[in-house]
Amino acid sequence: MYPALLVDVAIFILALWVGFEVISKVPATLHTPLMSAANSIHGIVLAGAMLIAVTAHNAVGYVIAFLAALFAAANVVGGYVVTGRMLRMFRRRPLAPTNVSANGSSANGHGDPGHAA
Amino acid sequence: MSDFAWTIQIIYVLAASCFVLGLHLMNTPATARRGNQASTVGMVVAIGATLAIIVRQDIITTTGWIVMLTGALVGSVLGLYSARNVKMTAMPQLVSMFNAVGGGAAALVGIHDYMSAGTGVSAATSVTTLLDVIIGGVTFSGSIIAAGKLQGVITSAPVTFRGARAVNLLLAAVGIGLGGYLIASPSTGLLAVVIVAALVFGVSMVMPIGGADMPVVISLLNAFTGTAVAMAGFVIGNWAMIIAGALVGASGGILTKLMADAMNRSIRNIMLGGFGTGDAAAALTGGPGGDVKAIAADDAAIQLAYASKVIIVPGYGLAAAQAQHEVAALAELLESRGVDVSYAIHPVAGRMPGHMNVLLAEANVPYPQLKEMDEINPEFARTDVALVIGANDVTNPAARRAGTAISGMPILDVDQAKSIIVIKRSMGHGYAGIDNELYVDPKTSMYFADAKKALTDLAAAVKTLVG
Repeated sequence: MYPALLVDVAIFILALWVGFEVISKVPATLHTPLMSAANSIHGIVLAGAMLIAVTAHNAVGYVIAFLAALFAAANVVGGYVVTGRMLRMFRRRPLAPTNVSANGSSANGHGDPGHAA
Repeated sequence: MSDFAWTIQIIYVLAASCFVLGLHLMNTPATARRGNQASTVGMVVAIGATLAIIVRQDIITTTGWIVMLTGALVGSVLGLYSARNVKMTAMPQLVSMFNAVGGGAAALVGIHDYMSAGTGVSAATSVTTLLDVIIGGVTFSGSIIAAGKLQGVITSAPVTFRGARAVNLLLAAVGIGLGGYLIASPSTGLLAVVIVAALVFGVSMVMPIGGADMPVVISLLNAFTGTAVAMAGFVIGNWAMIIAGALVGASGGILTKLMADAMNRSIRNIMLGGFGTGDAAAALTGGPGGDVKAIAADDAAIQLAYASKVIIVPGYGLAAAQAQHEVAALAELLESRGVDVSYAIHPVAGRMPGHMNVLLAEANVPYPQLKEMDEINPEFARTDVALVIGANDVTNPAARRAGTAISGMPILDVDQAKSIIVIKRSMGHGYAGIDNELYVDPKTSMYFADAKKALTDLAAAVKTLVG
């Protein structure tokens, strides 16, 4: 019975395990960007939203397809952009606001400069 | 299976592999940006493959194209605008809104499929469709309420009424009962009732949950969204959606568990009612008594300036006072004097998992200074001054004893530092509603002031006193 569904269920369960394995290694420092990244990944629902526009043939169908595409596109575009924006703020060393170049040799004489990225 | 369909599924699996790689690269801040890029590539490929399917099938109407493209365009603009302009303090609301639209889109996919399939749908498809519609609907309305609470549009206090639990049970029964009936005999009219029940359930599920529990709620709704998307993937047989949904479900599940553990509460307990509504545990503690020692800016500044190691303990109060930049400025000043400064971040500091780290990163604090609880706790004993700003329950040593409202909650070992300065507006209680024994510790000095003003004054005092 339902061989296609069986394959889908197997994929789902294995992907859950991969998810648990990979995500449990993400440090707490990055949990907000992680959740935002997860947000952008579930934006894949845009694929589904696009496909229902194919079979829509009446007003109700078009309204549903329109809303689905709108929701999903907001999700996927916003998710990736805001995740990128957050991750750009995570720096190993602070920006030197007064110096033109943060790449200087010994601009700040404290700490251990050997940690340069 | 045709060659084309075969190729498309392989491309979907490759795209999903990019998502896994992207999440994997998030295990260090240094590689996380590359992770986001890998994930973006996967998404572009998956959407490209989907377009290829649509073009190849060639049965889409012109109206269908217009509807799809305008919808996607308007959505993209909205998403881009909110992502570019959101303040970092408002990140939890935005994440919650993305959960809402993701869950909503997943539910719509299921609804459309159910309506266009008519009566010829198999039981297996019906089950996944109904799960998709119910979970997606609950996520949609629940996430909007959560975002409203975080934004302050809806009161963040728990909203409950007599019989609320009975209403929830009734709604759940309607959803599950009708859902079961619909599997046997499909009916679009009854599906509408299920949708309404799911939407109302989402509202009534989140309304009774207090603001302090929001990190758990957002994580849980994130897991729901992932599950709804995976179910939508089952409905239309799309592997990319199944895998992506499972990954998000796993991520949300892990974060929900971590947040609930860090708050010392079970998920069931959170879902059934707000903190401070029925807990009488405060009476059990029997305050330790003792005197509170107040400190002025100058004395605090001297302690900090002549310390060799300082740990800053930021809590939500810091973010609420918008004082991230002030604390970063003070830390930088101390560092320039050779003081070793780091930040102790409790898992629930902020309004969503990891929120405080983002707020401090935005204030230009380098991430190696942001230490997780388990990493920093052994360091308190070697610390001259622990500076607590807007954090309360997570520093209360009472958590180590049995019989208090927070017993067993993981805390930061602030009391082991050689001296402690607490910046706080008053002696008010934290969310747990109990006295903080840290405040009457002989090593502790209380600096009563607004966080932003206190930090500015401290920095000024450090500058004038020790140049």
